[in-house]
Amino acid sequence: MTHSRRDFLIGCGALIVSFKAGVLSAQDHGPFGTHPSHIDPERLDSWLAVGADGMITAYTGKCDFGQGIFTAQTQLIAEELCVPIARVKLIQCDTSVTPDQGTTSGSQSTPTNFNSENLALAAATAREALLNLAAKKFAEPVEQLTLADGVITGKTGRRVRYEELIGNQHFNLPLNSTVKRRSSANWTVLGKSIPSLDRTALMTGQFEFVHHVRVAGMLHGRVVRPPGMGATVAHVDEQSVRNVRGIVKVVVRKDFVGVVAETQYGAALAARQLAVQWNAGPELPAQKSFFDHLQKQPARDVLSVDSQDVEPQFAAASSVIRARYTYPYQMHGSLGASCAVADVKPESATVWSATQSAYPTRSIVAKLLDMPLDKVRVIYVRGSGCYGLNGADAVSFDAAILSQAVGRPVRLQFSRQDEMMWENLGSACVVEHRAGLAQDGRIVAWDREDWVASLGNRPGYDRPGNVITGMLLGYEPEPIEPRSAKPPAGKLRNQSNTVPSYFAGCVAGSCGGDGTIRSERALTHTVRSPFFTGPLRSPLRIQNTFANECFMDELCAHAKSDPVAFRLQHLENARVIGVLKAAAKAANWQARSSPRADISRAHTVSGRGIACVAYEGDNGYAALVAEVDVDLETGTVRPKRFVVALDCGPVSNPDGLRNQTEGGILQGMSRALVEEVTWDNKRVTSVDWETYHSLYLDYEMPAIETVFVTPLNVSATGAGETAITITPAAIGNAIFDAAGVRLRDLPFTPARVKAALLDRAQQDEKAQV
Amino acid sequence: MRDITLNVNGKQHTLAVDPETPLLFVLSDELGLRGPRFGCGMAQCGACTVIMRGQVVRSCVMPVKAVGQDEVTTLEGLGTPEKPHPIQQAFIEEGAAQCGFCLSGVILTAKAVLDVKPDASDQEIRDALGGVLCRCFAHTRMLRAIRKYAEARHA
Repeated sequence: MTHSRRDFLIGCGALIVSFKAGVLSAQDHGPFGTHPSHIDPERLDSWLAVGADGMITAYTGKCDFGQGIFTAQTQLIAEELCVPIARVKLIQCDTSVTPDQGTTSGSQSTPTNFNSENLALAAATAREALLNLAAKKFAEPVEQLTLADGVITGKTGRRVRYEELIGNQHFNLPLNSTVKRRSSANWTVLGKSIPSLDRTALMTGQFEFVHHVRVAGMLHGRVVRPPGMGATVAHVDEQSVRNVRGIVKVVVRKDFVGVVAETQYGAALAARQLAVQWNAGPELPAQKSFFDHLQKQPARDVLSVDSQDVEPQFAAASSVIRARYTYPYQMHGSLGASCAVADVKPESATVWSATQSAYPTRSIVAKLLDMPLDKVRVIYVRGSGCYGLNGADAVSFDAAILSQAVGRPVRLQFSRQDEMMWENLGSACVVEHRAGLAQDGRIVAWDREDWVASLGNRPGYDRPGNVITGMLLGYEPEPIEPRSAKPPAGKLRNQSNTVPSYFAGCVAGSCGGDGTIRSERALTHTVRSPFFTGPLRSPLRIQNTFANECFMDELCAHAKSDPVAFRLQHLENARVIGVLKAAAKAANWQARSSPRADISRAHTVSGRGIACVAYEGDNGYAALVAEVDVDLETGTVRPKRFVVALDCGPVSNPDGLRNQTEGGILQGMSRALVEEVTWDNKRVTSVDWETYHSLYLDYEMPAIETVFVTPLNVSATGAGETAITITPAAIGNAIFDAAGVRLRDLPFTPARVKAALLDRAQQDEKAQV
Repeated sequence: MRDITLNVNGKQHTLAVDPETPLLFVLSDELGLRGPRFGCGMAQCGACTVIMRGQVVRSCVMPVKAVGQDEVTTLEGLGTPEKPHPIQQAFIEEGAAQCGFCLSGVILTAKAVLDVKPDASDQEIRDALGGVLCRCFAHTRMLRAIRKYAEARHA
């Protein structure tokens, strides 16, 4: 399972690739905002090799967690080099052999590796190089040559296999930035629904997860975490585990506590039994009033847009509407508690890790072990689906510390509580909107402020304190320096979808938004969170879009307009318009205002809602129609059908994308309906599946229809996070349509729905009196 | 430590283990099986599911001493990559997974209910899956694969 570029090539009979161990400087940043590795991403040989047997080995820094990027990247190589899928071997995320592509996250793998740079460029450069070699060999012009099935054929009928041209040899070429990719019109492998390559192994129980990595002489570890945030070690009684069979060591380093034993059971017993006295940490703010608390904290303020005229516009408006939305902390809640295996020797270390960030993890491990960077190797092995920064990084650091302490390889398995009490949560947010409408219902001004709870993040290359392990070892998380906002400068940045699609998004005279509203302001307050936070599938984008798209629906209802027509009236971006129209058409959307006029007094009412987004401003476009039933007596919301239209440019694998989209919508539905982190005055209390809710397999799932919209001549964008981003808003808008109540706090629990219904009934009564 | 004899996927193994050890740890650490996995350790998610006496069992909470002579079947005990069991084949055809960590719970639970009641309704199948969790939310495809298997089995 350990791939070595050297082994691979030695195995083929010749040692032809070697890399000098580079000394890295923290000031140098590579092409992905990374540190340069010893593998130069500008060189073709860093990405691709042709073996003597004709196998193409490709090296990528974007890894697969179940989202299908392994299969898609294999398709990409096969397509560009005109070989069958079976002749491509893809090696992902191993700091000894793959280029440093930073972190696999943020829907960046497709834009990074499937357009005209990096892996795609390498494959196209290799094709060009092979053609040039054959042209020379045949003494024919390159234009006359054709490629098929790993063979180049000349006009004269001469044939040569790739391996005959370059098998086991270096290309010795830089990537050619002017080389042409194969046109998507001619694709035969890419763009097709190739079954994911991991499928058979997964279904038959053969697939190797990081949980299955076994190393000779390996011991088992567990960590013993503090009882609450900010607690510190007062005393550890090592004698308390003396009687545990196979106990090897109790490891204490500042506030980090762990145990190592011969067996997994022994480690689990010792972790449970170890007597540790902790100094309690500070009290946590009360959950009940948390959002009010959040809005009163010192904050780092950033203005995304500010036309500086919203106040006079509000004064002149026919009506001004306000609303406040809240979004709770949510969890990655990976099904498998995180696991890693580390083998730390005096002079070197290897970590098998499910991290999304192989190279950054290498840097942090080197720092924590006080070891030179080039002596540490991180090998990615898939873990349980992560959806962002779950426990995979922390468990890798922890395993390395335990292995160093015992001088033997250690496999560390988190418990469910270790995972859920200490993960970097999806941020809690508050959004306050104000908008002015003209007499004719058009939006003339929109002002929004959001408050984001933040602590830590991905550790990157030099911030161990951004996750729990680092904090326990005495490292600080990235600071949030309170400061007031500067005027926006440069061009519009909308990575977090702070700015609604309907804003013109004008910064310094250039309007980078997607809409028509020119009187606009978007101000973000980032506040220190009492818990660690980090990227969770559609980080801040889902929070902001929930608030933006539901508030847009409120404005629409106020204007008594149809939600599709009203959106179109305020949009200028053709791709957002394209998906909005496509979703409405596919869902057979009937134009009318919400709520529906014929809300019955029946037990169950039905409605439909729509939402749309330009993900991160320009990284994928989606619109979603949700149809829901609301039980007026129990307050239960039941989504019945979703219709989504997606524009992410050329699609690498349509069935793979459908799978991602369906999973994204249903995950978004679970987050909209039931998911919420809870805590008491000391600690997170949602630490298992009874206390943190997720929709189980018995939930009656709605039908999902997916429509792709693919404009000509556009780049490939991300796609795995677009549909989830608009799911809570589409459901919220459908609830309003069905029952006439606006839910502004997630999740939409039966209790909240009932409270809103009661509130409306009382208002109706008052109105009648 | 005690010698314990286990019947797993048609093979007999005698192992010296602490009899209180959860069956899951024995299956994964002593026998090197990859099908049953540690999800929660509290029988809340299904990732560690195995079949014994036709019933699904959460191997993370069953002490190995309680297994006795009963045959234990794990996900890899159903079929092989070369010759998958028909329910595994249905999951392969439908692409019914993303990360796939949950599959022991999903596939074995569905198989167990359909073994007992081949004409189980969608509702009955879903009820059986009530304690099984998939955090990638591949639910729709999984239920489609199960339905496909049930219908093929019926025919």
